[in-house]
Amino acid sequence: MTFAAGAGGTTETLKPFGAMFSDYHLGHHYDEMFEPSGQPRLHCRALYQDLLGLSLPELRERQGEADRAFLTQGVTFTVYGDTQGTERIFPYDLLPRIITGPEWRTLERGLAQRLTAINLFLKDVYHEGRIFSEGVVPRELVYSCRHYRREMRGVHVNRDIYVSIAGTDLVRLQDGRFVVLEDNLRVPSGVSYMVANRAVMKRVFPALFERYNVAPVAEYGQALLSTLRTLAPASRPDPTFVVLTPGVGNSAYFEHAFLAREMGVPLVEGPDLLVHDNIVYMRTTAGLRRVDVIYRRIDDDFLDPLAFRPDSQLGVPGLLNAYRAGNVALANAIGTGIADDKALYAYIPDIIRFYLSEEPIIDNVQTYLLDRPSDRAYVLEHLDELVVKAVGESGGYGMLIGPHSTSDEREQFRRKIVADPRNFIAQPTLSLSQAPCFMGTGIEGRHVDLRPYVLYGEKVTIVPGGLTRVALRKGSLVVNSSQGGGSKDTWVLED
Amino acid sequence: MLLSRTADALYWLSRYLERAEHTARVLSVRLDLGLDRDARGDHWDFERAYDSLRLTLTNAIPSTPGGLVSRVFLDSTNAESVVSCVSAARANARQVREEISSDMWAHVNGLYLRLQQMVGDSSTVSRPHAIAQTVIEGTQLFQGITDATMGHGEGWQYLQVGRFLERADATAALLDVHFRDADVRGARGTHQELVGLLRSCAALDAYCRYYTADVRPDRVLEFLLLGPEFPRSVRFAARRLEMSLKAIAQFTSKRAGGKADRVAGRLHASLDYSQVDEILSDDPHGYLVGVAKHCDQIHAAVYQSYIGYAVETALPA
Repeated sequence: MTFAAGAGGTTETLKPFGAMFSDYHLGHHYDEMFEPSGQPRLHCRALYQDLLGLSLPELRERQGEADRAFLTQGVTFTVYGDTQGTERIFPYDLLPRIITGPEWRTLERGLAQRLTAINLFLKDVYHEGRIFSEGVVPRELVYSCRHYRREMRGVHVNRDIYVSIAGTDLVRLQDGRFVVLEDNLRVPSGVSYMVANRAVMKRVFPALFERYNVAPVAEYGQALLSTLRTLAPASRPDPTFVVLTPGVGNSAYFEHAFLAREMGVPLVEGPDLLVHDNIVYMRTTAGLRRVDVIYRRIDDDFLDPLAFRPDSQLGVPGLLNAYRAGNVALANAIGTGIADDKALYAYIPDIIRFYLSEEPIIDNVQTYLLDRPSDRAYVLEHLDELVVKAVGESGGYGMLIGPHSTSDEREQFRRKIVADPRNFIAQPTLSLSQAPCFMGTGIEGRHVDLRPYVLYGEKVTIVPGGLTRVALRKGSLVVNSSQGGGSKDTWVLED
Repeated sequence: MLLSRTADALYWLSRYLERAEHTARVLSVRLDLGLDRDARGDHWDFERAYDSLRLTLTNAIPSTPGGLVSRVFLDSTNAESVVSCVSAARANARQVREEISSDMWAHVNGLYLRLQQMVGDSSTVSRPHAIAQTVIEGTQLFQGITDATMGHGEGWQYLQVGRFLERADATAALLDVHFRDADVRGARGTHQELVGLLRSCAALDAYCRYYTADVRPDRVLEFLLLGPEFPRSVRFAARRLEMSLKAIAQFTSKRAGGKADRVAGRLHASLDYSQVDEILSDDPHGYLVGVAKHCDQIHAAVYQSYIGYAVETALPA
C-alpha cells in the first residue's frame, strides 16, 4: 500500500509526502517513523520535516561524504572468503533511527534483568547445577552444547561475572513490542559502529540534531574499562588491561583496535603474550610485563592450544591454567557460549523466573525445539512458514527462511533436521519493523533490528543506543553485514 | 610501556614512509634531469639511479621514463616500489592503530587510498611528478601530524629511529654512488649532476643559503654528509638517532640495552669530528660504507635489546 498525499492528516505543520517518499510503502509490519495512518510518529515529526526540506543531490552528497569518512578512517571489515582480503566499509544509511526515552527505559530494565539471570545461570551450570536438579533446564541440552567447557567445572570466576559484555539482538514486532531474537554472549561485535556511526552522523548532518536531545554514546570505551576493572584480581591494585585480537586479518580488527584506543590499553596478539608459572606476561620493549585482565576477542576454541584446539596460532599456551589459578581475568569468561545456544534460548524466560522470581520484561520469540517430538512434527509440516536455524551458527548462515525458500532447500533442511534435531530450532517468520532509508534515488522502507550492548560490572551499564542493522536488499530480513546488511545511527531520546 | 611488536611496527611505519619519500624524490629528480640532455646525448642514466637507491631488482632496468614509472613507482608486485613502500607503511600503521593518533592513521590511510586510485588510473604513468609530489607531501604532512598529535614518548621515539636510520643509510648510499671513485667524481662532478644530488636530498635551497650557488663537489659532500643543521644530512640524522636511542634506553631503564645508543653515539661522533678534505683524499667509498655498516649494527642492536630478545633472559627469577 502506498501513501496517498496527506493521508489522514490535517495538522498544518505536516506537509504531504515529498517526492523523496514517492517509493515509500507501509507494509503490515511496524514502521519506525510512520503511524499506520501515514502520519509521522510524534517523536519523528521534526526529523520528517527536516527530510522534506532536503533535495536528492544534497542527500547523495552527504552520503558520499559519510562513505569517504568511513573509508579514510578505515572503519572497515574484511570479507571472509575473499582472497584479496578486501576491506570494505559497512554500508551506512544516512537516516537515524529514533527510540523514545520510555521505550529505552523498558529495554534497559529488560536487558539488565536478562543478563543478571544469565550470569546466575552460568555460575549454577558450572557449579552445583540446581537448575538441572529442579528440572527447569534439561541437563543433556547443556552438556550436548558444543560451547560447554567442562574445564570450567568448579572454577571460581571473579565476582561470578561470566558475561561482562553482551550484545542482544532485538526486533520490533507488528504491535510495536521489542522481543529478543538472540543473545550474543561470547564475543559480540559491532559496538565500534555504534560509536563511529554517531561520529559520522554528527559530521555530515549536524542540523538534524538541533531539534532533538540525543543521548551520547561516545563514553562506551570508558564504560567498558570500568566494567573490566571489576574483574581484576583483588591482589593487583594497579592492574594491566589488554585487548586480545586474532590480528589484522580478522573481520572485526578495526573494532579491536578501536576499543583498545578508546580504553587506552595495548592491543595484543597471541604471540605477544606468554605464560610462565601460571602468570601471563606480555613482551614489551622494557622486558616482560604482567597482564591482569584480558578482553579477549578470540573464541574459546582458539584461546589456548594446550587446552582447546591444538592447531590454534592465535592463542596463548597455558592461558587456561593461568585463568583457573585466578592469576588473570578473561572477559568474557570461558564457556559462556552455552547460554547463547539457540536451543537454550527457548529456556531463557524460565531461567529468569527460576533465579529472579520475576516475569521477563522483554519476551522471547516463540521457538520450537526440534528434539521435542511434538515440536518437530509441527515444524516439518510447516517448513514453508517457519525460519529454521542451526543452533551453533551465527552471521545469518545455516538458516532456512521458509517463505523465501525453494522446495529443494526445504527438503535439504528436512533431512538435516531428522538426522540431528538437537542442532536446529525453528521460529515463526517475523515481520521485522521497517525504517526509512536513503537508497540513492529516494527514501524507502527497509527492515531493521537493534543490538544494544550490555556491560555487566559493579552495575549494569547500557550505553543508550546500539547498532541498528538494516537489511538493505528490498524485502530482505537478513541484516548481517556478511550478507548485504548495513547499519544506521540509533538515537535514544532524553526527555 | 610499549609492546615489542608495536615498537617494531612503529619503526617500520616511519622507515617505509621515509623510503617512499626518498625513492620518489630521487627518481623524480632523475626524470627531470634526463630532459636536459647535453650535447653528448646523455641518456637517462637509470642504472645509476637504481644503484644509488640500492634497488635489488633482478630483471632488466627500464630504458624509458614510462617503464621506470610503472616499475618503480606504481608496481605493487615490486616490494621496492614507492606504492609498495606506502602500502607497507600503512599495513604497519594498521597494526598500531591504538598506539598512534586517529589523525595519523586517517592521513596515512588516505595517502594509501589516493595512491591506489592513481595506480588504477592509466594516465598516471605520464605524470610521475604528480605521484612524487603526492608521496612527498603526504609523508611530510604525516610527520607534522605525528609531531603535533602524538605524545613524544617511547613510541614516538621509535618513529624517529626508523626515519633517521633510513635517512642516514639512504643518504650515505646516494653519496657513495657519486663520490666512490676518483674517475666518477671527475666525470660526474658536472654542475648539473651536483645540483641533481642536492635536489635529491631536497637540499638545494639550503645549500645555496649556506654556500651561495657556487656548487662544488667537496662542499656538496660536506653539506650532505657533515652538515650540522640540514635535516637530511647524515650527521644530522645520526645525532637524532642517538638522541632517540638514548631516550629509549631511559624509558626501558630496567634492561641492559644501551648497545644501540652506543653504536649511534660512535657514528655521530665520527661525523662530528671528520673533515671533508680528509675523507675525499683518503677513501670516500670506505667512509660511506662504514656509515652503512653502523646503520646495520644499530638496527641489529635495537632488535636484540628491545624487540626480538630471548624470553628466557627476561623471565622473573
